[in-house]
Amino acid sequence: MKNSSRRGFMGKAFGAVAGVGAVASLYAMKRSWDPLPSVKAAGFTTLDMTAYKENELVVEKWRGKPIFVLKHSKEMIDTLDENKSQITGESLGEIDKKRLVKIGNDYFMVTIGLCTHLGCIPGYNPDEKSFLCACHGGLYDDTGMVTKSPPPRGLDIPPFRIDGMKLVLGEEGPEYKKMKETGITL
Amino acid sequence: MAHFTKAKSLHDWLNQRLAIDTLRRVLATEYWIPKNINFLWAMGMVLAITFALLLVSGIFLLMYYQPNVDLAFDSVNYTIMQEVGYGWLWRHIHGVAASVVFLIIYIHMFTGIYYGSYKKGREMIWISGMLLFVAFSAEAFSGYMLPWGQMSYWAGMVITNLFSMGGLQLDGLVEWIRGDYIPAQAFLNRFFMLHVLLIPLAIIGLIVLHFGALRIPHVNNQDGEEIDFEAEAAKYKAGNKKESKVIAFVNDFMSKDMMVVSIYLIFFFYLVFYHYDFAMDPVNFDPADGLKTPTHIYPEWYFLWSYEILRPFSTNVGLIAFAFAQVIFFLLPFLDRSPNAVPASRRGLFKYWFWAMLIDMIILTGMGKLPPEGIFSTIGLYAALLFIGLWIVLPFITKFEKKV
Amino acid sequence: MKELLILAVVTFFTLVTYYLVEPFAHSQMHKHFESDGFAYKDLPAVTKKGDASRGKDLVSACIGCHGIEVAGFQAPMDAVSAAATFGVNPPDLSNAGVVFDEKFLANLIKNPAHALMVEHKFDPAKGQMHPMSEYYATGDDKEQEVADIVAYLRSIAVKQEELTPKMAFETACGRCHAVNYGNWTQIGEKPKFKKKQDELAFETQLLDYQDYLAKYMGTLPPDLSMYIRSRGEHYIETFIENPQNYLKGTAMPRVGVSAESAEKVIEHLKDVGDSKRHERETVGKYVMIYMLIFAIFAILWKKEVWRDLH
Repeated sequence: MKNSSRRGFMGKAFGAVAGVGAVASLYAMKRSWDPLPSVKAAGFTTLDMTAYKENELVVEKWRGKPIFVLKHSKEMIDTLDENKSQITGESLGEIDKKRLVKIGNDYFMVTIGLCTHLGCIPGYNPDEKSFLCACHGGLYDDTGMVTKSPPPRGLDIPPFRIDGMKLVLGEEGPEYKKMKETGITL
Repeated sequence: MAHFTKAKSLHDWLNQRLAIDTLRRVLATEYWIPKNINFLWAMGMVLAITFALLLVSGIFLLMYYQPNVDLAFDSVNYTIMQEVGYGWLWRHIHGVAASVVFLIIYIHMFTGIYYGSYKKGREMIWISGMLLFVAFSAEAFSGYMLPWGQMSYWAGMVITNLFSMGGLQLDGLVEWIRGDYIPAQAFLNRFFMLHVLLIPLAIIGLIVLHFGALRIPHVNNQDGEEIDFEAEAAKYKAGNKKESKVIAFVNDFMSKDMMVVSIYLIFFFYLVFYHYDFAMDPVNFDPADGLKTPTHIYPEWYFLWSYEILRPFSTNVGLIAFAFAQVIFFLLPFLDRSPNAVPASRRGLFKYWFWAMLIDMIILTGMGKLPPEGIFSTIGLYAALLFIGLWIVLPFITKFEKKV
Repeated sequence: MKELLILAVVTFFTLVTYYLVEPFAHSQMHKHFESDGFAYKDLPAVTKKGDASRGKDLVSACIGCHGIEVAGFQAPMDAVSAAATFGVNPPDLSNAGVVFDEKFLANLIKNPAHALMVEHKFDPAKGQMHPMSEYYATGDDKEQEVADIVAYLRSIAVKQEELTPKMAFETACGRCHAVNYGNWTQIGEKPKFKKKQDELAFETQLLDYQDYLAKYMGTLPPDLSMYIRSRGEHYIETFIENPQNYLKGTAMPRVGVSAESAEKVIEHLKDVGDSKRHERETVGKYVMIYMLIFAIFAILWKKEVWRDLH
């Protein structure tokens, strides 16, 4: 019947217009769930890197997450660990430093202190120079590299920018971008 | 257990379990509405849409609102209004809808009174509607507390003080309602609970009751004509839509409803974006201060008429008059003794009663906001006396009404 | 047609109710004043033409209490000690020349209590001296010297178009009024603290300042965060032009801002209290256009459905 199909058309057209409005309101609803500007503005932490002592783990806070800062001693840098080399197949001497952040003449491990397995906080053993995650026994070395599974990858490195002797967490500097490109961190 | 066969389609599967075809027929396609109606019959749908707007905007406000006397004001005026993406939109929709919903409720009520839609089997529609009015009033009042501005605080103070019942001096009851000597943290928390949980639940339940009450007596029509719904429905189904006196709820009635809703929404969103001040009192943008009463305090406009019935009398008389005003509308179906369920224009003295009541309530509303001084207070007193008088004479003038 | 008549009746009663509870009720409850355009007609005009270079030497009379940072004069006291001494921190005069009206400034220097309209509080006959003393001329032409000082202050201030709403607010209002939503306190912007001790030290200073201020003013001047919504633009404008209009006997002085600066002060209050106003206007336009289209389709659908029914 011609008549009823035309009626159907207008009803559908009205439904479509109402649908457009509903979708537009979904956009406003989505925006309402975005993190607030004040939350985003608070997403930057500046660390004064002159304050840390060698081989002493300090836990800072950035975006509500624990940040491990570990200043490497000369001895730690110089230690050549054959095991690590075997895991990654890279030449000795290279391996330690590429996960570290160089500020002045010092090397620092700066990572998010959450196990990449399921998010527990690993504990540091200064004698062994390793991090043990108590939840499922994951083990990391003093650069945050995994030495024993289950963690799928090394500790994640937060976005950072080097500003003289300061480190700004939350901003992406060239050193961080390079780490990301080379796949050292996610 | 019923007998189930292998379903031929998802529709069939659901139909065997939920009887969706029957539901659709009973609630929509064969729910018969008289054809002889005007746009005032769409106010129910307008109210449903407004309630939906209140619910959705309220959900988003609830996610950032802090029911704490130290944080509430800033969580509304800073976090929601200035930080949350489109938070201001939710608040303006919520505030404007809370005010406009009462305008529509009053139009809906006076439509019912004018066309006699509370009579002859429709009493429960009226009573459930009045219960909804009370629930909406409680919802509006509890919501008004939440921004914790000056008007919130002082309205909370004054309204809870009403429960001391004047000369009875039930101060213990007032303290029990507040959970404190003054409106404070306990008060804010319990009114927050009432506003976001208990009263909305009651409202949703009452809406179902209100719709249910409508199903058997059917909707009234513009001329109060008694319609044989079965016979007219048969005509409609036989294809004589033009001759039938009834239409289907879906799509016939719904399409008209949507037309009215669409025009209403233009008006509504104009208020939301360009004229919201009337619904959000400027004084409530001052944070609550228990040591300083605002110069002028008055309820929101939709409570003004009953407030003005309270105000011109001494405490005890005022409270009795106020209580009278709150319950008397419930009794309308029983106070109206006339056998006629026709528009007021055809009902003799009741015609004048209707317009006098409407105008008197508008006068009470206007006077309720003004400072109680001089001529305004005198007008308010006479309008309040007239209101009471009109209800007293109602049974008498309707008893002697001629049958039409 | 009948429906239109019903609509007219409903609209009529709605509008009458609206008129009674909004425009009419407010006209009965609140006094209304019109702005004079910040002309300060009660103050005598400046007759002499000032010379900024001479004014430069004369401001030595001011820097005993006021800082003028752009000219290298630090405030002699920090905000809290200044409030302890004077009741309120005297403003830095760097931008006074642009924020305040020229005629007002000249009159202020000559007779502060009169220009500020606080003579009811400061009556020298009763020994109530305004903390800012009248200017004593070094030579015998006081009018000329005052004009020179004003000319100097105008010469060092930023240009009107460089004056931001925030700067205007801070100079004109910010030493008495906090604006929590703009992170502003009476002793300046509240910094971000890393250590709780530093934060508490700042809070203590602020509370001290507020105590002195409250004693001086009689009550702590209110936070202005939401004043754009609680008072509205017109009220604020006419209030700062002459506070005595609305609040007879208030301790709040006439601020003496120029018309342009008053606009900027109000702009700043909008920025902190109604920061989403631009978004509201844009979104409002789109929603109204959408609702019109929605209504057209709804009407067309109804017409189609009802064609079979009538």
